[in-house]
Amino acid sequence: MTTSKPTKQIHLAAHFPGVNNTTVWSDERSQSQIAFSSFRHFAQNAERGKFDFLFLAEGLRLRETRGLIHDLDVVGRPNTLAILAALAGVTTNIGLVGTLSSTFNEPYELARQLATLDHLSRGRAGWNIVTTTDAFHGANFRRGKFLDLADRYSRAQEFFDVSSQLWDSWADDAIVADKASGEFVRTTGLGLVDHHGPQFDVTGYATLPPSPQRHPVIVQAGDSPDGRDFATSSADVIFSRHADYEAGRAFYDDVKGRLDAVGRPRDSLKILPAATFILGDTHAEALERSREISRLQVSPQTAISFLEQVWNTDLSGYDVEGPLPDIDPVVTAEGGAKGRAHVHTDPVATANAWREQASAAGWSIRELVISFAAKHTFVGTPVEVAETINRHVQEDASDGFVIVGNTNPTGLDEFVDRVIPELQERGVYRTDYDENATLHETLGLPSVPSRSTAALASA
Amino acid sequence: MSNTPFHLGIALDGAGWHPAAWRDASARPEALFDPDYWVSLVVEAQSAGIDLVTIEDSFGLQTGGYGPFELRGDEVRGRLDALLLSNTIAAQVPGIGIVPTVTTTHTEPFHTATGIQTLDHVSDGWAGWRVQVSGRSHEAAHVGRREIPVLDPARAATGTDEQQTALIRSLFGEAADAIEVARRLWDSWEDDAVIRDVPTGRFIDRDRLHYVDFDGENFSVKGPSIVPRSPQGQPVVFVLAHQTVPYELAVAQADIVGITPHSDEHLEQILGELGDAELAVERRAGEPLRVWTEAVVLIEDTHETAVAALAALDELHGSPYASDAVILADTAENVAAQLLRWQQAGITGVRLRPARLPLDLERITRELVPVLSETGVLERPHDASTLRERLGFAPAANRYASASPEPAALIESASR
Repeated sequence: MTTSKPTKQIHLAAHFPGVNNTTVWSDERSQSQIAFSSFRHFAQNAERGKFDFLFLAEGLRLRETRGLIHDLDVVGRPNTLAILAALAGVTTNIGLVGTLSSTFNEPYELARQLATLDHLSRGRAGWNIVTTTDAFHGANFRRGKFLDLADRYSRAQEFFDVSSQLWDSWADDAIVADKASGEFVRTTGLGLVDHHGPQFDVTGYATLPPSPQRHPVIVQAGDSPDGRDFATSSADVIFSRHADYEAGRAFYDDVKGRLDAVGRPRDSLKILPAATFILGDTHAEALERSREISRLQVSPQTAISFLEQVWNTDLSGYDVEGPLPDIDPVVTAEGGAKGRAHVHTDPVATANAWREQASAAGWSIRELVISFAAKHTFVGTPVEVAETINRHVQEDASDGFVIVGNTNPTGLDEFVDRVIPELQERGVYRTDYDENATLHETLGLPSVPSRSTAALASA
Repeated sequence: MSNTPFHLGIALDGAGWHPAAWRDASARPEALFDPDYWVSLVVEAQSAGIDLVTIEDSFGLQTGGYGPFELRGDEVRGRLDALLLSNTIAAQVPGIGIVPTVTTTHTEPFHTATGIQTLDHVSDGWAGWRVQVSGRSHEAAHVGRREIPVLDPARAATGTDEQQTALIRSLFGEAADAIEVARRLWDSWEDDAVIRDVPTGRFIDRDRLHYVDFDGENFSVKGPSIVPRSPQGQPVVFVLAHQTVPYELAVAQADIVGITPHSDEHLEQILGELGDAELAVERRAGEPLRVWTEAVVLIEDTHETAVAALAALDELHGSPYASDAVILADTAENVAAQLLRWQQAGITGVRLRPARLPLDLERITRELVPVLSETGVLERPHDASTLRERLGFAPAANRYASASPEPAALIESASR
């Protein structure tokens, strides 16, 4: 390192294999996507690797392609909060972060569940707060109709604000539990929450004493200016998509600059891009494995389906090893894919761009799709991968990464066996957890201020 | 002795069901938010062969009765979310039914259904759901979606107040809908939906997944579940009921109804009312409804010391403990005798509410269970692999499963 600033410690999260084509289910090592044994293995392996936290996405509705349930990727997952609570019982140190929608939940209930998770895990709960706007997901919920795009972050912000009020409403010393005097709870230690805003009306007492962290660690994944503003004001971790070195530096710079502007310390918000990896004993072997795995991640059917999401018509007659279709997409108001994070707003323009890109590179359909959907962030020997990760962190392209494996549940075993020791040897990654550390502490975040009954009274 | 198998459930709540139980010498009031406290209670129950535990909950801070909310500091206040706590316990204690209380009134049926389903996966087939309705005005204010007036239980019980009767009917109707949604979602994946067929690139056979298309007064749910079908398929649904409307909910949708007789005559009366409910509503659950009784239990070595212990708790509380269920403060032998009378009357199980925790749980597991075991009424499959099996329920059929021919039939027709 040529820089004179202090060496940064790397933070790592373990992403449970998702319901997209990154997860190779045809691999013989692939196990059940729902059995608890899979989750236990995944969590305990990540804890063996001293990861800061494990991360779960959320399922609110099964994905669909052209009106049919998408059947080419892993389908089905547990209820996020329930499985995290179960994992709290079989792990000791690792953080437990769940993705939970601010659209299809109510703050009183969700704040209580997150506080419960923090009690159950002794201070290891985290919340990736997301917004959902479409009626597709709404069809499974009371709310039904979707939220205006413009209201997404105002709802998320108000949701977070009400939750914070609930988490802060009991004083640290509210529970007395004095058998002799007969006082169980100091009633003056409980504040009444009385919130009335555009999205929520919440009046009442919270049902739990402060949890070890008081607030869960807040994770935010949106990339829009609104999303970045929300992160700047309220998040502890950003789960970003900018794993690429240059894009990572630009994003890091932008967000940390926003922190300066509001007077927050730069290290109070960690930026962790999602990253995949492929290891080999030699660089050449890693490249070869990467090529093989990308073809498993993009089966012929997956390649066609990927295109059909844009073309919105049956393309099963096309040869995936041949050129892209020369017909134009079918444009409807409905569009092709439902329940995905990214939707294509102008299919004809997308199709044209893809055709040009493929023809310039001499790519087949499958090769084009691989370039989008099966690109691996870090490919190399364990030493190479460790050094690249460290370089990204030390040179401020990130504070660490959310590592995504490609098989369930063993995809990160190899990372823990081979890359983690290299990071530890370089002195940039913990060799053990601090005893009884909360997730805030593990991530090196400032803790949430405590509140005494006296402070509550004067608030 | 009758050969009717008799089942035991333990209702866990705070430091026990007596409001002053937390002040008992054995109580651990400082541990009520510590998961290890709960795990140790369930381990105690499991090792004695108890069939299931329920975990109490409500959609807000505890308060007495249905009147206006009252914040008091001399009783246990605060609770962990029962569904999450149940998952933490289930990951650590195998082979006992775990039945959290989850409210249907303000919650999302989709989240509740997938949460219980996840509990069934985590416990490998030992999940249940104690369905609860929230009729409390202050709990409605936690969500602010609708207003619920403060109920007057005395007037509501007479059935003469039309507004209150209508409200109760509507809350329980919503609960019936929430159970219906859950039961459909639980069946929305057939058992063999995951096919991992490499040649066609398909992970699932989507024809074996089903939309549930529920459209009700309070919510619509499209489905399918995000969770694949769980080991039991249909986790066990428990409804505690005291009146006609809840009896009708239980008859329509529950697997087990908990009733609260205070005497033999009262039991007869309740069974009569349940019979009326069976005529009034259509049963939508799979098997005949099981009837369990409920009792608060305080056990001491002699009848006199048990009565004195209860009186001492009442004294600490400042007033006698009133419960919806009968309070049995007695010796293990006398409590067992009451349970056997119920068993003789055709009751198939009891949910015992320990007055003091962990003390009365230990009296149940170490004194009451041995007395009952000697009579033979607890004979049941101890090698059961699911709660349904332990309780003697048949494997749950899937309402959506296509009537595809058995493999044997295919072979036969192919060789013809």
